[in-house]
Amino acid sequence: MDTQKNNQIPHYINPYLGGVLLGMLLLLTIYITGRGLGASGAVKSTVATTAQIVTPQDAKDNAYIGRFITNDHSPMYTWLVFESIGIFLGGLLSGVIFRRVRKPRVEHSSKISANKRMIYATIGGILFGIGSQFGRGCTSGAALSGSGTFAVGGIIVMFAIFGTGYAIAWAFKKLWI
Amino acid sequence: MGPLIPNGIITGDWNFVIAILLGIAFGFILEASGFSSSRNIVGVFYGYNFVVLRVFFTALIVTMVGLLYFDYFGWLNMSQIFILPTFWQPMLVGGVIMGLGFIMGGFCPGTSFTAIAIGKIDGLLFTIGLYLGIGMFSLAFPLFGDFYNSGNLGNVTVSDITGISSSWLALTFTIVALAAFWVTMLIEKKVRKRITEYKF
Repeated sequence: MDTQKNNQIPHYINPYLGGVLLGMLLLLTIYITGRGLGASGAVKSTVATTAQIVTPQDAKDNAYIGRFITNDHSPMYTWLVFESIGIFLGGLLSGVIFRRVRKPRVEHSSKISANKRMIYATIGGILFGIGSQFGRGCTSGAALSGSGTFAVGGIIVMFAIFGTGYAIAWAFKKLWI
Repeated sequence: MGPLIPNGIITGDWNFVIAILLGIAFGFILEASGFSSSRNIVGVFYGYNFVVLRVFFTALIVTMVGLLYFDYFGWLNMSQIFILPTFWQPMLVGGVIMGLGFIMGGFCPGTSFTAIAIGKIDGLLFTIGLYLGIGMFSLAFPLFGDFYNSGNLGNVTVSDITGISSSWLALTFTIVALAAFWVTMLIEKKVRKRITEYKF
C-alpha cells in the first residue's frame, strides 16, 4: 500500500478538462491526418510482424494477417505503431510529472489475490484483442474516433462495449469491490 | 484546407513524427485522467467512479461540435476524412467480446499502454493478452471469415442512414451527456458512502 505520509491521494486532472483536451486532440489528429486515434492496430501490426519473422510463408497465406504484409516495408512501419509508442511515452511523462511511476506492481482489490488479478488481466486482454478485430478497432479507434465522426459502426461498438459491461458487471463484482 | 497530410500541406515525411507527438499527447491525457489504473476505469460499471464517462463523453461532445465548426468555417473537407466502415453484425459481436474483456481485464488497449508506463504488471499482462488474442483471431480466421465480412453497410455516418443531420445529432448527444453527468454525480456520491476499502 501507499505510504500515508503527506496523505498522497492520486492527483488526477479534472475529468472534464481531460475530456476537453482529448476532444481537441482528436480534432487536431483528424485535421492533420484525416483519421482518428487508435491503439489496438499497433498490437495487430506486432502480431503480423512476428508471424512474418517466424513463419513468413504462413503469414503471407493467412487470410487475415496476410493483408497487412507487403513486400516493401515491415508491418511495424505504420502510423498506429508510432502513435502507440507515443501513448507509452506520454503515459510515462504524465506518470513522472505526477509521481506515479514506481517499481513494477500489480494493482488489485484487497478481496482478490495478485495472482487472480494477473490471470483475469490476461484473459481480459485476450478477449479485448479478439473483439477489437471483429469491431474494426477498440475503444480508441472505433468507439471514440468512430463515434466522434458520426460513423454508425463506432456507435455500435461503443454501445456494445459499455452495454455489455453494465450487463455483466454484477457477475464480476468480486474482482473489483 | 484540412486534412493537412492528405492534401499535401504537410508532406508524408512528417507522418511518423506527427504520429509520435499526437500519441504522446494521447498517452499523457489518458494517464493524467487516471486511466492507468484499472480500478479507476471499472468504477464506471459499479458506480464508484465515473471518470471514464466524464472524459469519454466530454471528448465526444468536443469532437462532434468541433467537426461541425471546422466544416462550417471551411477548414476541413469532410469528404476527405476517414469514416469507419460499418459491418454491423461482427462489430456488434466484437463490442460484446470487448465488453467482457473490459470487465475482466479492467483496461482497454490504449490505457493498458499507459499502465505499463507507470509500472503496472497487470497492464503489461493485459497487453500480452491483446497480442495473444489477435494471434488466436488470425489463426482461427478461416473459421469465421464470412461472418467477419457480413453486414457490410459501407463507410456510413448516422446521417447517411437516418437522414437526421449531424448538427441535430451533436445537440441531442450533448443534452444526453449533460444529463448523464448530473445523474452519475448523484449516483457516485451515494455509492462512495458505502465503499470503505477504496480510497478516493
